[in-house]
Amino acid sequence: MRLYLTEGNPHCLKVVAAVELTGTRCELQFVGVEERVVPFLSHSKLPCLQLDSGNYLFSTNAICQYLFTLRGKEPSDLTNQWLEWEATELQTALSGALYTAVVQGKKEEAAGTLQKKWTYIDQSLTRRSFPYLAADAITVADIVLWGALYPLLSDSAFLLGDLKALRGWFERVCAVAACRKAVESILKGKGLQGLKPYLQKQPAPSQRAETPTSNEPEGGESADRVLTEEEIRAAADSWSKGLSGWPKPKLIQHPVLPQPNEKNVLITSALPYVNNVPHLGNIIGCVLSADVFARFCRLRNWSTLFVCGTDEYGTATETKALEEGLSPQQICDKYHAVHAQIYQWFGISFDHFGRTTTQRQREISQDIFRRLLERDFLLQDTVEQLRCESCQKFLADRFVEGFCPFCNYEEARGDQCDKCGKLINATELKNPQCKICKGTPVVKSSKHLFLDLPKLESRLVKWLEDSMVSGNWTPNARFIARSWIRDGLKPRCITRDLKWGIPVPLEEFKDKVFYVWFDAPIGYLSITANYTDQWERWWKNPEQVQLYNFMAKDNVPFHSVVFPCSLLGAEDNYTLVNHLIATEYLNYEDGKFSKSRGVGVFGDMAKETGIPADIWRFYLLFIRPEGQDSSFSWSDLLLKNNSELLNNLGNFINRAGMFVCKFFEGRVPEMELHDDDKRLLAQATWELRQYLQLLEKVRIRDALKCILNISRHGNQYIQANEPWKRIKGTDADRKRAGTVTGVAVNVACLLSVMLQPYMPSVSASIQEQLLAPAQCNVLADEFVCILPGGHKIGTVSPLFQKLETDEVESWRKRFGGQQPEEGSADQSKTEAKPTAEAKAAAPVAEDAGKGADPQRAKQLAEEVTKQGEVVRELKAQKAEKAVIGAEVTKLLELKKQLVLAEGKTAEAPAQKGKKKK
Amino acid sequence: MGLTTIAIHLVQEAQQNQLLGRTAEEKAIVQQWLEYRVTQIDGHRGKDETRTILKDLNQYLEDKVYLAGDNFTLADILVYYGLHPIMTELSVQEKEKYVNVSRWFNHIQHYPGIRQHLHPVVVLKNRLYTSGH
Repeated sequence: MRLYLTEGNPHCLKVVAAVELTGTRCELQFVGVEERVVPFLSHSKLPCLQLDSGNYLFSTNAICQYLFTLRGKEPSDLTNQWLEWEATELQTALSGALYTAVVQGKKEEAAGTLQKKWTYIDQSLTRRSFPYLAADAITVADIVLWGALYPLLSDSAFLLGDLKALRGWFERVCAVAACRKAVESILKGKGLQGLKPYLQKQPAPSQRAETPTSNEPEGGESADRVLTEEEIRAAADSWSKGLSGWPKPKLIQHPVLPQPNEKNVLITSALPYVNNVPHLGNIIGCVLSADVFARFCRLRNWSTLFVCGTDEYGTATETKALEEGLSPQQICDKYHAVHAQIYQWFGISFDHFGRTTTQRQREISQDIFRRLLERDFLLQDTVEQLRCESCQKFLADRFVEGFCPFCNYEEARGDQCDKCGKLINATELKNPQCKICKGTPVVKSSKHLFLDLPKLESRLVKWLEDSMVSGNWTPNARFIARSWIRDGLKPRCITRDLKWGIPVPLEEFKDKVFYVWFDAPIGYLSITANYTDQWERWWKNPEQVQLYNFMAKDNVPFHSVVFPCSLLGAEDNYTLVNHLIATEYLNYEDGKFSKSRGVGVFGDMAKETGIPADIWRFYLLFIRPEGQDSSFSWSDLLLKNNSELLNNLGNFINRAGMFVCKFFEGRVPEMELHDDDKRLLAQATWELRQYLQLLEKVRIRDALKCILNISRHGNQYIQANEPWKRIKGTDADRKRAGTVTGVAVNVACLLSVMLQPYMPSVSASIQEQLLAPAQCNVLADEFVCILPGGHKIGTVSPLFQKLETDEVESWRKRFGGQQPEEGSADQSKTEAKPTAEAKAAAPVAEDAGKGADPQRAKQLAEEVTKQGEVVRELKAQKAEKAVIGAEVTKLLELKKQLVLAEGKTAEAPAQKGKKKK
Repeated sequence: MGLTTIAIHLVQEAQQNQLLGRTAEEKAIVQQWLEYRVTQIDGHRGKDETRTILKDLNQYLEDKVYLAGDNFTLADILVYYGLHPIMTELSVQEKEKYVNVSRWFNHIQHYPGIRQHLHPVVVLKNRLYTSGH
């Protein structure tokens, strides 16, 4: 059997100790923190034990017990009880305490939350008067609890005071050789701090707040976090400092360049391909996510450069040019402008939005190419390629279409299948067809250059491991990169028989250009070079620059494997990606966005709805596909706008401002803080810190929730203190109303700063309404009084508008299926339910409907059910295999007929299975 | 004290030890799913986590009759009880999405003496949404 472990993972301690103590022979394998080993679990669960039968044990306690059972040590009621208590009660308390102690560095606070657990164990030990938890000798219960407690109890901050029995027990178990070995192999002598990298990768415990399953009232981790006195005092102290000691926002002067001894952040978002209008999924996947992060970095006063541009070379441009009857360059000019406009409307704050068809691009690509050639990282080979004799050209990639060799999708392109997403060699396509003349191409050979990835593999792997350990790679990025390497790297062709591209600077290859994937990522460099001559200070400066790449997950292989190999092989001290941030996919109302079918909202149409760009930004960021696919839904957009923006955030900010105007003639009243006010300050500070931590890890969607939490607290605060009533009361009441109003309007001001990365125009209008000083636009981990007593504010007006159901319904119809210009004749047929429409139009099979026979289908369905019963019956009776087999065959045959009768091809279900990886 | 501890004790009392697993491996797997029941299923918060649980279980059950493989065990009983409120809430479409869970669940609820006072959850046998995801 094989045990999978991670260094610095506290859960590994007990398992290793159990292996050592029982003397079990098993192979230990260390893997990365977020590695998914257990195939059926969607999240990484480590440690885990793979048994010889192939089964997995992912529960640490089950693993420990199993190892003991193998040695003949069966569980008893008492050991079972300890193990269950550990899993249900202790672990929830511990995970919160570990997070507080290690990640937030507040050990005392963490120790406080665990007192009750300590006492419970101590009392149990005292009552039974065993030296160990369940018997006179060591049992599985001791190992399990020891492993859970060791990280905290071994730290000097966690004194056990007069809990003698617990202390004695802990020391006894610590002395066991197996336990000492476990500590050594998992913590490597680093103590509590050794857990930090692991814990930082886990979700913050506030997000897994427990609903107490026991009757014991638990302190700590409920939705309303209990604030300590210390936190409240500290928040009040910070507040009173005001803006006097506050850092000044850095003035942005172009060109932005990295500064020595400062944090320098270089942000790229995947270059959108020029031949199409981006849809909402493209926008959230890269540019919008990168924009939020870039704005955040600027608010933290880091030197930040955010570049992007259109990717313009390649066959897709050429085919599009043919379609529209323009030259490739004209197509690029046209769509580059379309892209630039859309991003501008969405408020994307590029420092430079360039393109790949520039002189710089040619220079840098050819330079990297030459360096690779000189260093012998390029191979030459002849390739079988499809050639259309009537058009007299080799049909690269998108010039040819055919049936996908993997899933049989009939419109697969020569480089990739849109349906199953697999990369294809054009010659593998079934029934290939020239896209231009629809003729059948023939296979011819042509000479090409290849990047020798296998030769670069060892360098790549070393760099990749370092980058993944020190940087923030999203789990999907780690997974995809690792699986590419695991599947083995092969040489990749970097040249193409085309005209529209960067010429290969070799006489022998003068009719060829670079394959787009080779030069497209070089676009990041050339676009920067078009922004500043000093581009190398960003791109050949890995010591000072942190590089963040934003993209959707389909782009991960190129950014994590292929492009880094080009740069590593060129040996020119290039800045390689430190943080690879990949999103999952955004679906449209449970289907896919599809330009050809007109399903979904595309960049240019968002504007036409009249919904402000910031609302789009908010909703897209709120549903950002972080961790798993998510869906855009019109009704959800309405709900989020009306509940979160209008009723929560907008309501709070508006009320705070209105009170200042109405009750205090537009001047912020003097404030005298009571406990209630300080408590709100502490809550806001805590959320602010969460927000900073999350954004630093590029958890954009989670950080947005912190903003909404603050305004939620703010609303409760106003509601509880009722300044509108107190203003009419005694002097003391009026004073109180003033304090509450003043604190609230300052919280509103803090929100405007935190909101800036997400909703820049809303943020600006809040600050305009409050006449907030520009100096407040810096993010630090303290909340100070920005608008002191006497500060004059401007005119307050509502920030958000209500969205009405019928309004949203009409857009849903409009964007649901056919576009108006395409379906003009049968406008009335436009489906009310876009999902149904999308599904009906989904490219399941061309002949869908032809063979459909509902009557027959119904009959067959019944027969399938009956036959299914027969098989089940036989299995239950443990009938002979041959008998069952015969019935199963019948069942399968019936199912096949049913599928046909329903009007699908027989392969349809199989495709679906494959698609779900 | 503790649901699984008590249940295990009762099983032993009733001399039905096969419900706790026949081999060391099966015993471990039973224990693992019992723990899963009291930590994950009972501790689930919100739709997202419920979905993860169903998705994981669905994957796991793809090639299994019972949680521990080929034999009916205590794990099936307790996980069944844990999932009952969740399954009751599922739409027909969702039940089809988690087809392996539904198949297993239906099987367990018809196992003699298991369902007790709980109402049966209807699981359709014909797929209605064959073209959806």
